[in-house]
Amino acid sequence: MFNGIGITIAQMLCSTALAIIISLIFGLMRLSSNRLILGIATVYIEFFRGTSLLIQLYWIYYVLPLLINISLEAFYAGFIALGLNFGAYGAEIVRGSIQAVPRQQWEAAKSLNMSPILLMRRIIIPQTFPHLLPPFSNLLVELLKATALVSLISVTDLFFMSKVFNQTYWMSLQVFGTALIIYYILARFFLTPFLRWLEILAARKVGKLIG
Amino acid sequence: MNLEWRWDFAFEILPQLLWGTVYTLMAAGIGYFIAIFIGLLFMLGQRTRFYVVNRATREVVEFIRSTPLLVQLFFVFFVAPQFGIKFSAWNAAMITLGLHYGTYLSEVYRGALEAVPKQQWEACKALNFSVSRTYGKIILPQAFPVALPGMGNYLVGIFKDTPMLATIGVVELMQSANTVGSLTYRFLEPYTMVGIIFLIISLPTAFGLRKLETVVAKRQGISKK
Repeated sequence: MFNGIGITIAQMLCSTALAIIISLIFGLMRLSSNRLILGIATVYIEFFRGTSLLIQLYWIYYVLPLLINISLEAFYAGFIALGLNFGAYGAEIVRGSIQAVPRQQWEAAKSLNMSPILLMRRIIIPQTFPHLLPPFSNLLVELLKATALVSLISVTDLFFMSKVFNQTYWMSLQVFGTALIIYYILARFFLTPFLRWLEILAARKVGKLIG
Repeated sequence: MNLEWRWDFAFEILPQLLWGTVYTLMAAGIGYFIAIFIGLLFMLGQRTRFYVVNRATREVVEFIRSTPLLVQLFFVFFVAPQFGIKFSAWNAAMITLGLHYGTYLSEVYRGALEAVPKQQWEACKALNFSVSRTYGKIILPQAFPVALPGMGNYLVGIFKDTPMLATIGVVELMQSANTVGSLTYRFLEPYTMVGIIFLIISLPTAFGLRKLETVVAKRQGISKK
């Protein structure tokens, strides 16, 4: 069971990293004025939000390796599918929070002759965090829950291990009950407080106080 | 391996997948219907003045919301028989979907009710409206447009979560694709087609819901940007 928790957390961390990268890239692409870039990002986001995560997972694990002739380990397939899926949701959050930065901030930065990179890094990005983090925290709790799906492509995560135990000992109540409680503890007492702390930190950094 | 897309095979399995789609839609519809009522129960539980009920409902909602649907499915399906309650896979799935999405919907309801300005309640009291009139004529019509986007999102969400039901053996779209795949050792067509079917259904639904939101908002005299 403990190995399973480790794998679940590893899945969580890998897919979070991938999801953050993807949501940044596609979130910024969604703001592009170039029709092609905008189109690519829109298609990507609508595709991954429009189909089920489980289908994407199966597709990446069973179909993709055949198509491009590679062998993909279940662990990689798992976090890649999770990351791609949640990155699509995250991209919309990134887009929304960048749009929420007042336009005057862009204008002021431009009038101070800041380069675009400096403008993003020093002015825009720090201000997006207070808007970005609350929905992103929800997304990450969803992501933690979604990691249970990777057990279906035989990643030996927490839920996979509990299914194995269930088949060995035939104690469904204890086994699945324990799994539920562990997921609850991970989400409620580890992930949520950490994200809450990040939110407060980010708000304080831009001089806003919450809670 | 058999890599090429075979159209004849795709057309051969299409009827089976379409039957699966019907069951998927049914599962999503019934699950959502149950969730609407369970959501109401949870919402009422969270709004009562009885401290114990209030607190307990909150904890239950929090627990269901922060644990995976997949694990809950297994829990309901495999644990209930230990207490002498036998669910068919379909019933277990409906109960789990209803409970899981009921907790989400209760939050949506709660948010929508809280979005109605307090003065509206006070005005109702001042005019000596009955409870049913307060809710029916004043509060709910104002809360509904606020709740609608959230409710719509979860309708699409429940639809996208139905493939999980295949894991406890409910015969729906995903299960049909699995069956086809394991009988013929061809996974390319069934899984790809399932993905496309999901896109075909969920994108227009999401679009239609967005249209509905603007229509309802306009009727309430609240113009959306």
